[in-house]
Formats: sequence, structure tokens, C-alpha cells
Amino acid sequence: MKSKKVVYNSFIYIILIIVSITMLIPFVWMFLTAFKTTAETMQVDPFVIVPKVWQTQNFGNVIKAMDFVKLYANTLGMVALRILFAIATATLSGYAFARLQFPGKRFMFALVLLQMMIPVQIFIIPQYVMVSKMHMTNTIWGLLFPGIVTAFGTFLLRQAYMQLPRDLEEAARLDGCNIPQTFLFIMAPLTKSAMVALGIFTAVFAYKDLMWPMIVCPDNRATTLASALAKMNGQYQQKYPELMMAALISCVPMIIIYIFFQKQFIEGIATSGGKL
Amino acid sequence: MKKVTSKERSEFLWGWLFILPTMIGLIVLNIYPMIDTIKQSFYKTGDFGKGNKFVGLANYEKVFGDSEVWQALANTAKYAIVEVPFSIVIALLLAVFLNKKLKGRDAFRTIFFLPMVVAPAAIAMVWKWLYNSNFGLINNTFNIKVNWISDPKIAIFSIAVIGIWSVLGYNMVLFLAGLQEVPRDYYEAASLDGANEWQQLKNITIPLISPTIFFVVVTRIIAAMQVFDLIYMLIDLNNPAWKKTESLVFLFYKYSFEQSKKGYGATVVVVLLAVILILTVIQLIGQKKWVHYE
Repeated sequence: MKSKKVVYNSFIYIILIIVSITMLIPFVWMFLTAFKTTAETMQVDPFVIVPKVWQTQNFGNVIKAMDFVKLYANTLGMVALRILFAIATATLSGYAFARLQFPGKRFMFALVLLQMMIPVQIFIIPQYVMVSKMHMTNTIWGLLFPGIVTAFGTFLLRQAYMQLPRDLEEAARLDGCNIPQTFLFIMAPLTKSAMVALGIFTAVFAYKDLMWPMIVCPDNRATTLASALAKMNGQYQQKYPELMMAALISCVPMIIIYIFFQKQFIEGIATSGGKL
Repeated sequence: MKKVTSKERSEFLWGWLFILPTMIGLIVLNIYPMIDTIKQSFYKTGDFGKGNKFVGLANYEKVFGDSEVWQALANTAKYAIVEVPFSIVIALLLAVFLNKKLKGRDAFRTIFFLPMVVAPAAIAMVWKWLYNSNFGLINNTFNIKVNWISDPKIAIFSIAVIGIWSVLGYNMVLFLAGLQEVPRDYYEAASLDGANEWQQLKNITIPLISPTIFFVVVTRIIAAMQVFDLIYMLIDLNNPAWKKTESLVFLFYKYSFEQSKKGYGATVVVVLLAVILILTVIQLIGQKKWVHYE
């Protein structure tokens, strides 16, 4: 019985390790290629794994060629604005939908659900037309635009407020708090973990998004990391060290943040169940 | 009675005030655009993207007769048929393995989830390099010569493999959350009755987490039908597999923004919406047969 269990457990470990290697190899290969010369990448010898001389200048060259400082500033700016807007608007509406009674509530909530169920591409053409009419193409406001409000965040925060006990609120009201005071001082601080989840979700979604920045910020200096990679992909063709260096530069900071806050990341994305 | 009325009045006032920013945003950014896109699908965009002419159902007739649209639908379906089942079955098995008290459980979870925090644009670039027919790691390691992403017969499946690799960890994390709800004593009782691991998986785990599986299947199919980033990054216009990999969203992007035919692009996306709705309704009906809610 015992030995059977050992065999079974080793079998599980072998599978988990094989899958782990499969998950990691692309990252390792990206890293190694980023420091090779183009000639080295074209050697048809699979056993040249590590670069002979680490081409650290690839880093500086790529950063300069694609102006990664600017790309990072754009991406960070957009992500920060989107998080700010998402949390501010969704906290308010989530609370109202969860805890306040008012006519028209059900219909308005149906609109929130409708937005969540519809593929985003259906909104894109008119959104783009609006942005271009307001002369916001190639600006950070254009990048922010579709993320000003969030149906998904509203839904997520509503769930969080619904799980809080009712007595808290009633006690606050009896103590003379009006609705905004109850919301701001008693209830909102209790939904911090839902806000963190929404913040992480918003950040990951915005950072990964490709189509919107390509459409609305075609200019290299105004766009995000993801959209700049797409451009570079077309221009650099077979120069894999440069391409891998760009990919590396664009994802390493996110990976480092993820490793430090993995619990919040995994739980934030999993509990929110959002579509990424 | 008067007190109740003032409470009602203040809830009415504050309720609307609180939802107002979100609702104005949703109406301007989503509800109006949705109606506008549907409207646009009945119009033809003039040359250089200027001017709109009402053409009734002409765009739809054109879409249904357009072999490129049918091919894109087939490509999208092929992608989804590979990506969805494999990513779900593998993720479910991994979740079952990790649900045991194993050493290094958290490390495995962290590794599997990693692709979820990386932009698909970067992932696609790395895989394009791995798949490279002359110098790619895959062909070199196995000493083969497969044109992974330029052979029209297999390119879409190679892309689906990247899709599986990317979402595996995400699906697994959702399953792990579902598995936490299954009481441990069920398994102990089953072991005492002599049920092996496979029987436990089939008779306990899967029925008990069927609501989670259902949620993952529905959301994965919706997401897979919208595949764009990977294909856009991997396939350029010189690629011989281009026609056999174009997805519906790719086509929407091409028509609407590269060729400025917004009316026709809108029609393609409305068709996509219809396809997704039909698939979702079928699943909602079908779930009664296999999803067990407590």
C-alpha cells in the first residue's frame, strides 16, 4: 500500500516537473537569445545554448532604438490612470448596486451585465471614432478612454459589498452616519481586498492589451509596450537577439512584481474570474 | 412613516449619484457603441473611410458569400477546438495533482501561472523564434524540419499550442479554487471503499466541481473565439499560411482599421457576436445534463 503511494507520488512529481520545464523553456530561451549575436542565433548546433560572449550592449541598443523609457512611461501612466478610474467608479457603483434601494436599479444593473457578456471588439470602432473626433489619438487619454469605467469592476465590488454583514451598516446609521459617511468610513475600507483584486486585474489587462493601443496610438513615441513590440516584430524580422531583448525588457518588470506579489496576483485574478 | 420616506428619498438620491459615473461611462463607451456598430453594419463606408451609405442587408449578404469570412470562421473554430479542451483537461489534471499536500506546491503554481502576467505580444515573439524552421530551438533539438507556422496545414494548430501554454495556469488556478470546496472526507471514504485515483476523479471530483468546469468552458470558448494577438504577431502577410490562420477578429481589424471599411468590419464583428451568443446559449441548455449545483 505504502509503496504504491510512493510510486504514484513520484509519477505526479515527474509530470509536474515536465510541465514546469515546458513552461520555463521559452523564458529561458528568450533570456539567452537576448544576449547573443545574430550570427550565434543562426548556428544550427543545438548545443550552443549559452552565448559565448554575453552581448550586454544589446540591452542599451534596444532601449535606445525603441525608446523603451518612453514606452514604459506611457504604459505605466495608462495603467495608473485606469486603476484609479476603475477603483473610484466601481467602488461607488458597486456599493449602490449592493446596498441601496432605488428605482431603475435593476435595469441599470442589467446594462452592466450586458456589457460584461459582449465581446469587446463590438465597441471598438465607435470608441475609436470618438477618440479621433476629440483629437486624443496618440495621447495617454486615448489609451485610457475605454477604461474610464468598468462593468466588470462594478460587478466585482458589488459582490464584495454583498458579503459584508448588514449590522455594521445599520449600527453606523443608528449612530447618525448618513449614506456617504457610512460608505466612505465604514464600508469602503472593508473591501480593500476586492479593490486590490480589481487593481491587479486592470493592470494586467491594460498591459497585455494589443489592439486598442495599436489603433489609437499608432505613433511609436505615444504607444504602449505591447503595441511597440508588434511594430518591432515587423521591422526586425530575423534579428532575434534584438527581438528577444525587447520582449525581455517589456516583461521582466511585470514578472518581478508578480513574483513578489504572487499571492495577490493569483488570488486577485482567480477570484475575480475576469476574462484576460 | 415619515422616517421611511426620508430614508427612501436619500437612498434614491445617493444610489443614483453613486452609479451615475459608471452608468454615463457605460452608456457612452459601451451601450451607444454597441448600437452604433450594429447600425454601421447596415452601411457602406465610402472611399478613404469617408461618407456612409445605407445599404440594408447588403453587407450581410456579402459576408455570407465571402469565402475569406468562412475561412476565418473555420480557422477560429479550429483554434478553439484545440485550445479549449486541451487547456482545460491538462489544467484540471494539474489542479488535482496540486490539490494534494505536495512539497513545492506553491512553486509549481507560480511557474504554471507565469505566462498569464506576460503580454501575448512578447509571448508570440518568443514562440515565433522557438518555431523558426531553420534555427528554431524545437526543430534543432529534435533534428526535424517542420514549418510550424508557415505550413498552412498545421500553422493554426501551432498557434493553438501557444494558446494552451498561455492559459494553462490560469485555468488551473480556477480549478484549484473549485477543488478547495470539495470536502476531504469524501476522498477518504472513497479510498476506504477501494476506489482508485481515476475513479475518485471521475465520480467525486468532476461532478462536485462541475460548476467551475462549466464556468471555465464557457469563458474559454468566448475568449478563444476572439483570438487575435497571437495570430497578428506570428503571421505576416508574406506567410504562406496567412489565409489559413486569419481569425474573425483579425479580419475585423484588417477591414476596419487597415482598409478603413468600417461598415464591413462592423458586420464581421456582429457575426462574431452572433456566433458567440449561439455557442453560449447551447452550453447553457446543455449544462443541465452534466453540471451539478448543490
